[in-house]
Amino acid sequence: MIYLQLFLSFLKIGLFGFGGGLAIFSLIQHEVEVHGWMTQEEFVDILAISQVTPGPIGINCATYVGYTATGNVWGSLLATTAIVIPSLVIMLSICKVYFVISSRFQRNIYFTRTMHMLRLSVLGLIAAAALLLIKPVSQPSVSFIDWKSWVIFAVVCIFTILPMFIKKPESNGDIVQKKSAAFFKTALQLISHPILLIILAGVAGYVIYS
Amino acid sequence: MLSMIEQEIVERKGWIDREEFMNMIALAQAAPGLIAVNSAIFIGWRIGGWRGVIATVLGAVLPSFLIILAIAMVFQSYKDLPAVEAVFKGIRPAVVALIAAPLCRMAHSAKITWTTAIIPIAGALLIWLGGLSPVWIILTTVLVTLLYTWLKEKKNLTVKRSDCEQREQSNSKTV
Repeated sequence: MIYLQLFLSFLKIGLFGFGGGLAIFSLIQHEVEVHGWMTQEEFVDILAISQVTPGPIGINCATYVGYTATGNVWGSLLATTAIVIPSLVIMLSICKVYFVISSRFQRNIYFTRTMHMLRLSVLGLIAAAALLLIKPVSQPSVSFIDWKSWVIFAVVCIFTILPMFIKKPESNGDIVQKKSAAFFKTALQLISHPILLIILAGVAGYVIYS
Repeated sequence: MLSMIEQEIVERKGWIDREEFMNMIALAQAAPGLIAVNSAIFIGWRIGGWRGVIATVLGAVLPSFLIILAIAMVFQSYKDLPAVEAVFKGIRPAVVALIAAPLCRMAHSAKITWTTAIIPIAGALLIWLGGLSPVWIILTTVLVTLLYTWLKEKKNLTVKRSDCEQREQSNSKTV
């Protein structure tokens, strides 16, 4: 029975997962919560592991949820297959008619409007995923246990957002200034890499809580 | 991820030209599902038909699958160690930040305005406090947008038609 649930849930996630990894994470979060496949802690840990390991976040989550929900490899295989099936059906149908639509679909007003609106509502899905982790409706949060958690949260937020505001060095400045600005930018991009931030947060956690 | 695919498929192997690759990315992002898997399916089909699809999908999925499976198996027995627990206490808020912070950039590139900000805010509240499935948000967005566009187009058409009729009438008058 749990296998059927797992299969149908991930089929649904594959079918409605618009807008990349984080949006799909929101769908997975809902299914996991509804079916009670794992605890909140386990679920956040999955996302942490998915972000530090290579590969698409959706596949990583499906594999991990499948394994934890059933306790064996078949659950993983089933969930991962189920999340890929809708992609296969839809993309192959698109490929068959590709030459007919390739030039036209990007000018179709129904298509462009829907895509624009989906991009907006996907923002809501991702915000909801974050809010559910910050403050679950009916239970205390496991991600935020004290004020130190909030400090870590704030620091990671700042380092992720900061590179957005660094502008390209101005062309009329002198060479030394330009070079130092470019160096500063690369350094910031390096530090703001998600994998590095997660590793640093782990080190901080070890120092603070052990 | 996409820049790595581009480097390998377009520049190194020359399997697909740049313009087709750009179209492919647009399609892979528009279709539901994982973008990496969608691109893999498209590239596989263009290069080798069914066999190509099997090869590229396995190639895109298998490494993640095996790595995560190995981690899942090992992690079950280590997760209760105090040191591991301490590390994850530090990591959890960072993970939430990595979900929340990219919203700024995404909102900017989705060309959000004060009016359209209602859509994500309403969606987030419905899911967070209302416990609504994100699937409903997606479905509603698609259906409402299609309906709205259809109605607007229809109105535009009738406006144009009445314009034409008026012009014809005025033409006949002058004649």
